[in-house]
Amino acid sequence: SKTSTSFVGAISDLFSGRSKIDEELFEELEEILISADVGVTTTMELVERLRQEVKERKIKEPSELQPLLSEIISDMLELEGKSNQLQMNPDGMTVILFVGVNGVGKTTTIGKLAHRFKNEGKKVVLAAGDTFRAGAIEQLEVWGQRVGVDVIKHQAGADPAAVIYDGIQAAKSRKADVLLCDTAGRLQNKVNLMEELKKVHRVIQREIPDAPHEVLLVLDATTGQNAMMQAKTFGEAVNVSGIVLTKLDGTAKGGIVIAISNELQVPVKLVGLGEKPDDLQEFDPAQFVHALFKD
Amino acid sequence: MAFEGLAERLQAVMQRLRGKGKVTEADVKEAMREVRLALLEADVNFKVVKTFINRVKERAVGQEVLKSLTPGQQVIKVVNEELTELMGGEQSKLVKSNRPPTVIMMVGLQGAGKTTTSGKLARYLSKQNHHPLLVAADVYRPAAIRQLQVLGEQLDTPVFSLGEKEDPVKIAEQGVAYAKEHHHDYVIIDTAGRLHIDETMMEELKAIREKVQPDEVLLVVDAMTGQDAVNVAESFNKKLGLTGVVLTKLDGDTRGGAALSVKAVTNCPIKFVGMGEKTDALEPFFPDRMASRILGMGDVLTLIEKA
Ligand SMILES: Nc1nc2c(ncn2[C@@H]2O[C@H](COP(=O)(O)OP(=O)(O)OP(=O)(O)O)[C@@H](O)[C@H]2O)c(=O)[nH]1
Ligand SMILES: Nc1nc2c(ncn2[C@@H]2O[C@H](COP(=O)(O)OP(=O)(O)OP(=O)(O)O)[C@@H](O)[C@H]2O)c(=O)[nH]1
Ligand SMILES: [Mg+2]
Ligand SMILES: [Mg+2]
Repeated sequence: SKTSTSFVGAISDLFSGRSKIDEELFEELEEILISADVGVTTTMELVERLRQEVKERKIKEPSELQPLLSEIISDMLELEGKSNQLQMNPDGMTVILFVGVNGVGKTTTIGKLAHRFKNEGKKVVLAAGDTFRAGAIEQLEVWGQRVGVDVIKHQAGADPAAVIYDGIQAAKSRKADVLLCDTAGRLQNKVNLMEELKKVHRVIQREIPDAPHEVLLVLDATTGQNAMMQAKTFGEAVNVSGIVLTKLDGTAKGGIVIAISNELQVPVKLVGLGEKPDDLQEFDPAQFVHALFKD
Repeated sequence: MAFEGLAERLQAVMQRLRGKGKVTEADVKEAMREVRLALLEADVNFKVVKTFINRVKERAVGQEVLKSLTPGQQVIKVVNEELTELMGGEQSKLVKSNRPPTVIMMVGLQGAGKTTTSGKLARYLSKQNHHPLLVAADVYRPAAIRQLQVLGEQLDTPVFSLGEKEDPVKIAEQGVAYAKEHHHDYVIIDTAGRLHIDETMMEELKAIREKVQPDEVLLVVDAMTGQDAVNVAESFNKKLGLTGVVLTKLDGDTRGGAALSVKAVTNCPIKFVGMGEKTDALEPFFPDRMASRILGMGDVLTLIEKA
């Protein structure tokens, strides 16, 4: 159960508890979207679109607004020609590279995803590409043991690209179905660290044609507007193909992914809902929108 | 650099005001509309923004201000004062107990930077000839103890651990006892990350707090946090009674509005900021300087200190 604080107003009755569609309602809606981290620009765009629809469809009842808004937001989240599901290699090994800023949940998501693939009967190998953070290799190893998959590692301080290279060779020789590559967290404004990441990406591309099949940017749902910068910069560096939105089990709504989807055309693919192996789900736009308006 | 984007936006608004000979109520309103957007885009919580804007408006459209010789500058002064107030006024130092050891407890959401900051604080204190002890009370996160031990090795600081099979409350209690016995004058307790709405896990922190009576309970907050920062800070504060905040990852390009929000709801001072992943990347926080920097008054004091 969620504790209610003075900063969280009841918003579920915004649409149902009203008799008419007026300025006040639109203003309140704006606040809800802003407080969900949707961001000023996208909020304005959403509310503007809603106003237009209301006019065009001659809508009078506030209760008709919620489905309409859900439709508009879902529209932004479901991208033409881009699936909200993971793209697996149809003939051969699937390589997935995980990237993102510090502490968002990359390593944990790899553990959860390994668990899921394993349950589907796939052979999974993990590559410990974070050689920088204290205890990062051991953390991935614990996940490897927990879900019963192999972890390829070097020593702390080793070249991440070399670890990934070895990971690829090991995964190939073990005939793995999936290789999940961990990388160290890095802030997108650190130029040298972004270069290091590009090198890792290049090694994968060089070793396996068409790989990586997914480059997943992990975003923490509690992150605010900076997530847009993260998506832009990581996108430019390593061609991000999808987003994993973690920590949605908290009270943060992760609304910034609407802006990211809309502006950068990167689909959300997975959501993290806790710290346990099973706490990973496919992204469901409708459910996400529903949660936006839930207290 | 963090805060930069916010600084640019606000300075542009202020620049326009500064140039005006006459300032009307409409000018102030227009300026405040822009300030509002700048703050929201910097992730300052929308309720905090509302209060802030109302206070500035109230003071700025007062007779004395608009009729003064330099109305534009008077408005800027009001904004600066209110912003400094929002950031917490004076610098606030780490508390020191007169009955050592001083006990510091680190708390916060998952991945905020507690363990790293624990290491940084140990280094910061060692540099001042103190003898800190690190206590590994995170028994949940895979290899959390190992992470702290690696940091301890790097810093030559002992790490107290009972492994991951023990109760964190017991670990904290015995850690403090160990520190007393071995003449450590500071104890830094690293706890597991948790959600503020996780009742069981929050109870655990409360139990640790009651058992070891820490001198500092520091909430570690990621500077990139969005609107939810207020809920997190408010819950931790209500449950535990925080004594301070550490803002991490300020070496990024976040506009850092969470800093303002957290201060506003907890009224707890931001004591340190994290400026990188390495253990030397910790700095004391100066609210007044930060406010001036955001408004482009020049971070003169910091420059003087560095020279
Ligand atoms: N509540 C919750 N916690 C999560 C979730 N995903 C990850 N975490 C926690 O967040 C913290 C950081 O997760 P990591 O997987 O270490 O993050 P990372 O991105 O690999 O971090 P770095 O490698 O240090 O950059 C850990 O305490 C995880 O247990 C989630 O979906 N929900
Ligand atoms: N760039 C940067 N990274 C930081 C800073 N502080 C911590 N980090 C990184 O953030 C990530 C998470 O830090 P941790 O210290 O493991 O966070 P935590 O709060 O102990 O995480 P949990 O124990 O899982 O809740 C790591 O990759 C750290 O290196 C900082 O000031 N700047
Ligand atoms: Mg990691
Ligand atoms: Mg930790």
